[in-house]
Amino acid sequence: MRPYTFAQPRSVREALRGAGPDTAFLAGGTTLVDLMKLEVVTPERVVDINRLPLDGITLDHKGLHIGALERMSDVAADRRVRENYPMVAQALELSASAQLRNMASIGGNLLQRTRCGYFRDVSTPCNKREPGSGCSALEGINRGHAVLGTSDDCIASHPSDLAVPLVALSTVVHLASARGTRSVPLDTFYTLPGATPEVENVLRPNELITGITVPRSPWAAHSLYVKVRDRQSYEFALTSAAVALGMRGRTITSARVAAGGVGTRPWRLTAVERALTGRPATAATFEAAVVRAADGAQPREHNAFKPALLRRTLVRALTELQESR
Amino acid sequence: MTPQPAPRPARQPQAAVGTPRSRVDGRLKVTGQARFAADHGPADGIDGIVHAVLVDATIGRGRITSIEARAALAVPDVLTVIHHGNAPRLPYRDNSFPDSIHPPGERLRAFQDNHVRFFGQPVAVVVATTLEAARHAARLVEVTYDAEPPQLDLVTAPAHEPDIYTRGDAAAALASAPVQLEMTYRMGRNHHNAMEPHAIVARWDGDRLTVWEKTQWVADPRNELAAVFGIPQAAVRCYSRFVGGAFGNSGRTWVHSVAAALAARELRRPVKLVLSRRQLYFGIGFRPAYEYGVRLGSERDGRLTAVVHDVRGETSRYERHSDDLALGRMLYDTPNFRQDVRLVPLDVNTPTWMRGPGWSTTATALETSLDELAHELGIDPIELRIRNEPADDPATGQPFSTRRLHECYTTGMREFGWHRRSSRPRAVREGDWLIGMGMAAGAYPAESAPAQAHARLGADGTVVVRSASSDMGPGTTTSMAQVAADALGLPMWSVQFQLGDSMMPPAPVHALAWTMASVGSAVQATCDRLRRKAVALAVGDDRSPLHGVPADEVVVRRGWLHTRADPRRGETYQQLLARNGRTHLEAVGGYEPPEEIRYSMYAYSAIFAEVAVDARLGIVRVRRMLGVFDAGRIVNPKLADSQAHGGMIGGLGQALLEHTVTDPRDGRILNANLADYLVPTNADATDIRAIYIEGVDNEAAPIGVKGLGEVVQVGVAPAIANAVFNATGRRVRDLPITPEALLMPR
Ligand SMILES: Cc1cc2nc3c(=O)[nH]c(=O)nc-3n(C[C@H](O)[C@H](O)[C@H](O)COP(=O)(O)OP(=O)(O)OC[C@H]3O[C@@H](n4cnc5c(N)ncnc54)[C@H](O)[C@@H]3O)c2cc1C
Ligand code: SF4
Repeated sequence: MRPYTFAQPRSVREALRGAGPDTAFLAGGTTLVDLMKLEVVTPERVVDINRLPLDGITLDHKGLHIGALERMSDVAADRRVRENYPMVAQALELSASAQLRNMASIGGNLLQRTRCGYFRDVSTPCNKREPGSGCSALEGINRGHAVLGTSDDCIASHPSDLAVPLVALSTVVHLASARGTRSVPLDTFYTLPGATPEVENVLRPNELITGITVPRSPWAAHSLYVKVRDRQSYEFALTSAAVALGMRGRTITSARVAAGGVGTRPWRLTAVERALTGRPATAATFEAAVVRAADGAQPREHNAFKPALLRRTLVRALTELQESR
Repeated sequence: MTPQPAPRPARQPQAAVGTPRSRVDGRLKVTGQARFAADHGPADGIDGIVHAVLVDATIGRGRITSIEARAALAVPDVLTVIHHGNAPRLPYRDNSFPDSIHPPGERLRAFQDNHVRFFGQPVAVVVATTLEAARHAARLVEVTYDAEPPQLDLVTAPAHEPDIYTRGDAAAALASAPVQLEMTYRMGRNHHNAMEPHAIVARWDGDRLTVWEKTQWVADPRNELAAVFGIPQAAVRCYSRFVGGAFGNSGRTWVHSVAAALAARELRRPVKLVLSRRQLYFGIGFRPAYEYGVRLGSERDGRLTAVVHDVRGETSRYERHSDDLALGRMLYDTPNFRQDVRLVPLDVNTPTWMRGPGWSTTATALETSLDELAHELGIDPIELRIRNEPADDPATGQPFSTRRLHECYTTGMREFGWHRRSSRPRAVREGDWLIGMGMAAGAYPAESAPAQAHARLGADGTVVVRSASSDMGPGTTTSMAQVAADALGLPMWSVQFQLGDSMMPPAPVHALAWTMASVGSAVQATCDRLRRKAVALAVGDDRSPLHGVPADEVVVRRGWLHTRADPRRGETYQQLLARNGRTHLEAVGGYEPPEEIRYSMYAYSAIFAEVAVDARLGIVRVRRMLGVFDAGRIVNPKLADSQAHGGMIGGLGQALLEHTVTDPRDGRILNANLADYLVPTNADATDIRAIYIEGVDNEAAPIGVKGLGEVVQVGVAPAIANAVFNATGRRVRDLPITPEALLMPR
């Protein structure tokens, strides 16, 4: 057994007291406990944050505010979320299983770790788990891995479905540490692996996610999340697409597009957004807009299908969204 | 031919057999009271259990150069670490008696040398008084290796000498056939993924060993552990009352059981060992991967003139597991047939049976190739099959006992709406979805094996019947009680069937879909004998209302023995026993398969599938499936449906999802968990239906069954693959069929 201390603070300040690099915050535990059992993560201190007042879903003129401890199932079921941010609810409902969604929190979801099989197996090299040890996936089994944002040191894909619509909608993450609070756009919250795949985001060791704000926008209500996977339930995405369109008549006035399953972080596709904006919402526009969606992709042996599948997933999402009007 | 129902022996009314009964142990299972192997402990008188955890090799092949256990031993509560450096040499006597189910070769031994034969092989076992300590300490055992690159490539690795079956002259017939096709199919490795992990509790009392083990055959741990430890079989007792699914993975005894028994012997304490979900991907066997070449020659009208199968299947380097790949020999009327089966020894652990073993593998190749031929010739796939339907078994020349495959086809066509299928591929579209239908046939041998049973009628009129069978999930406990109830003329609730103890009368391995034919026949014979004993007692008893009645004029209904002519003239078992001062009546009986087999005996399947394939995204959804089965008598339609649905869902997994992914560099299994190894979810398996063609087969077994549990998976995967072709016009010859295979540019 690896002994660790366990605390159940009731306030954020108490939770942050003494937090350091060997502290792990425990929310739903569906990632953390899993990785602790595999000894991929070996904290010396586990701080159960479930008693902190980090819950609540509110909608105001600024947008949708979700506390970090809200459960995936509760957010997915919330009428305000479903009506105003349909793709957020859809991404949640297409994630994991009902049991997991009942446990898992929004903050934990954004911080879940990659499903790369080598990362989860401590008997094999992995730069993300053990910096400098090498990447087993590059020449190994890499069907589920990323093609965008990869480096020579890591090609792990970001697994979260929820993060995909959230980056499309310019979501802001609220953070708290002993030094105070700050808010960071989700898109820049996540970092690329580069030469330091062990670093996945700008969260500091002693920092908590307290909540997120999804800005109000005219397009969020007209949005859709499409997830492609081998089986119909309970599987991470091969590819996914979150699309939101602002429309005037048949013309796209603004577009928000992001992709999952393909990037080392949730992948915002601003070039596709630009190619859609100002154009009529037609099949031709969609096909043309996605042509360059996977530019710069670096496929490996088993995931060479992803760039094409990504383009097709985007067209599907745009088409279905358009047809749903 | 349709054999007449046997006149012997019961002529008892059938009240339970043939009716849909719920599982008698269903409540125990859903309320958590059924105790599986790992659940055994103090409640069973096993005190002071300690916990064992295996340390697995992290290389694919090579030698252990050192094992450092000091850190592990320093963990509080850790009792010992056993490895090849300190383990006693075990006798490991031969265990190849006639009905052994172990494949030929040298079995994997527990900690007897420093060889690593495959990734994940157990190299040490850690035992502690708590599971947590054992698990933690197992991580602290430092093993160093001298690693060699493992041989893992089924296609390029050298193979053993082929096993050849041949009739006629296939090469010549093929060369002169007006229509010739050649294809290669590849089937990925599959794991059983039963819900219950493998587990054992082992306890020594002096030189006697008792194990509570997950097994499909209580005789096998007894025999194997006796052989390994060099003790008499009678000194080992194995219990296995409940099994939480197996699908073939618990037929033979695996090395972890030896490790547990060894640890228990060394420590003189009962030891419990449960494999982790991850360890289930290398600690036990699997359905081997295959490369299956098929060449077909036919006339223009579709009559097959030549069939050639060139097969490569994986096995381990230390044992030769071979599946029975005989489907191609008997399903169609082909005068010229040749099959070369090459086992390819790889640095993997030994494969084993998995549902529909061999037969479902061949069905995938054969039945897809028939579909390719049908398409090539422009003949309906069912018509093509009917044109090649044999009159007698083409392999043996024997008549079929019963073969209602044609009826399976016609029933399936009607019930499935086969006429709505377009013979032109990629012709039916609903929005983004391409719709297709496919079918395939299958068969599985209707075999049986010797079995015995014991039945005891108590003074209270209840009966306990026992046989050393097992119930890995089909509901054997329930169906045997049905058979016994009818033979004795008792309601189901007064009959209890007990199994899962090697001290009970012997039964064959609970596999091969032969348990009802074998154990069921034994139970029927035993209970018939017991009933006749009671009847004899009554008719010979001058105080009985049945005194003097000819014995075969007496029937028993709901525990009431009465004359056939006058149901009011009779008495109960209780009255009979009480008056005669008997505490009980008992009988032993058994079943022996006939020495000479005069018929070709198989169960048959015709599987129909409708799929929708997303034209843009390549994802396949099975919209509905129908299985039509000729399996002889159906003892319990409700249990039969659960078998059939499960088998068809397993076939769906084989076709579209299931694939054990190994790293070619070291044999590491990358998806050794249930999130990454994809089995079908409920959402994947929506509209599934089974139909059983009525009829008994008294040649196959006195009880009239042909076996259902295996044939339900035979033909499912090719039916789906053929439907995918019909939907898309794309023939994917590698299973599972993935979106990327359907998206690849042509
Ligand atoms: C079998 C399986 C299938 C899954 N399938 C999917 C899927 O299809 N799609 C998908 O998107 N996800 C999927 N998931 C992932 C699941 O959504 C995440 O595990 C879950 O969202 C994590 O939330 P949690 O509250 O349980 O996090 P925890 O496990 O409690 O925490 C995760 C990490 O975040 C940290 N953390 C948690 N909360 C905070 C906070 N407020 N501030 C700072 N740090 C924090 C923890 O220290 C830990 O490092 C799956 C998971 C499993 C096990
Ligand atoms: S892809 Fe990243 S996570 Fe996976 S093995 Fe390589 S470094 Fe580790």
